[in-house]
Amino acid sequence: MNLQFITGLPGVPGETVGGIAPAIQGTLLLIGLTCVIGIPSGVLAGIYLAEFGNNKFGKAIRFLNDVLSEFPSIVVGILISVLLVVATHQYSPVAGAVALSVITLPIVTRTTEESIKTVPNSLRDAAMALGIRRWRTTISVVISTARSGIITGILLSIARISGETAPLILTILGSNFFFSAWNQPIDALPLRIFHDAFQADPFTRQQAWGAALVLIIIVLTLNVGVRLATRGRYSSSRTRL
Amino acid sequence: MTSQVQLEELKLESKPLTPANQPLEKYKVRTENLNAWFGNNHVLKDISIGFLTNDVTAIIGPSGCGKSTLIRCLNRMHELVPGARTKGSVLLDDSDIYGRGVDPVSVRRRVGMVFQKPNPFPTMSVYDNVAAGLKLNGVRNHVVLDKAVQRSLEQAFLWDEVRTDLDTSGSSLSGGQQQRLCIARALAVEPEIILMDEPCSALDPIATAKIEELIASLKEQYTVGIVTHNMQQAARVSDFTAFLYLGQLIEYGETTNLFENPKEQLTERYPTGKFG
Repeated sequence: MNLQFITGLPGVPGETVGGIAPAIQGTLLLIGLTCVIGIPSGVLAGIYLAEFGNNKFGKAIRFLNDVLSEFPSIVVGILISVLLVVATHQYSPVAGAVALSVITLPIVTRTTEESIKTVPNSLRDAAMALGIRRWRTTISVVISTARSGIITGILLSIARISGETAPLILTILGSNFFFSAWNQPIDALPLRIFHDAFQADPFTRQQAWGAALVLIIIVLTLNVGVRLATRGRYSSSRTRL
Repeated sequence: MTSQVQLEELKLESKPLTPANQPLEKYKVRTENLNAWFGNNHVLKDISIGFLTNDVTAIIGPSGCGKSTLIRCLNRMHELVPGARTKGSVLLDDSDIYGRGVDPVSVRRRVGMVFQKPNPFPTMSVYDNVAAGLKLNGVRNHVVLDKAVQRSLEQAFLWDEVRTDLDTSGSSLSGGQQQRLCIARALAVEPEIILMDEPCSALDPIATAKIEELIASLKEQYTVGIVTHNMQQAARVSDFTAFLYLGQLIEYGETTNLFENPKEQLTERYPTGKFG
């Protein structure tokens, strides 16, 4: 592993130069886009289900969410591929991010709902009794108390999607070049690993191992970074009675 | 259930607004034929009771008799439980808080509440816990907040113990301190009435004594209602006591009278431990 490996374009088979920079860029782009599309929807859905979802509509949503979480990712991939890739005749980062969002949605929704439900009712009562409105109570007291659980769910889902390969084959295709336009194929680390691991050339196969290591480092860095950045001042304190 | 039979024999009718038939304007809050349900469970039956301004009113009775429900009806907290409903009226300064168009949030700002278990907000500092009611209602001015926090903590007899630790977590305090923190939090929004739902039941005797001392000082400025299991506590802290049994108001009067010469047989038997 060297700088060329991190910053360079994939080399020509047979030569011993080349890098995985487009794949790193693509993976970061996809994670970023998914954070914009899938995670807010999941968090909002989870909040809705936990705080207001005690009705028929809520039950239906919860059921659909459970069904969705059991969808194989290749099925999600082909579905989004039909809806976005076939319809527009373009492989695109957006289609990839939408497919990944569909995979994160049920994970984030479920973990958000569960962590909000663990917030004791006595805290809601305390806030309501102070004359704080319901929505304000939800945002400032309930979600802030459930924060670390919600973040765990988000990180889990990011870890999950950063390794997803099947839906990406069907939506972003893979590429040897950097991102150029929103309607062009891009590369991603799992695709690069998948592609390189089956090459006859030993150098390229080594690159697959390197790419796998980079992928793990990215996920780990994201995890630790988000944890540090969102650590509440009192998250480690225990309740004494 | 012999006590059930006894109650029917008593043939309780709607009682006047005791104690001592005070003029209506002396009551800070009073209920008229208040009924409350959880689903089909009728937990309060035609309660008419008034809390006198700047006095401490205690509500006693066995578990499940509707004590907590009664005070939760006084600030519209009862209706937050799914399936809960009420009938009858609750008059706060002579206007019905269950009237058409009354915002329950504005009622709760005037009628504060302290709960059985200390429940400080775990993600907030001591300062933010006290300031929560103001901050989350849009008060941003630091001078105003600082003053309110200090005043409330002083009123709750907690200022001297936490003045140097305002930045630590609210849940790092001891149980008794946490409960006083919750009282300070309720006082910060300047309510007119403070309702306490068994505020000492999770506390040791020393912490309990502090809270009782605090209650005595609070009535200078506030009207206080306290639900308690502890008969001695009712006798120590309250000016008036109401005895509730199976959702009915059995007797209500000056605390000394109620304990020393109860008018009803049930009231006589309950504090002395003969039933309940």
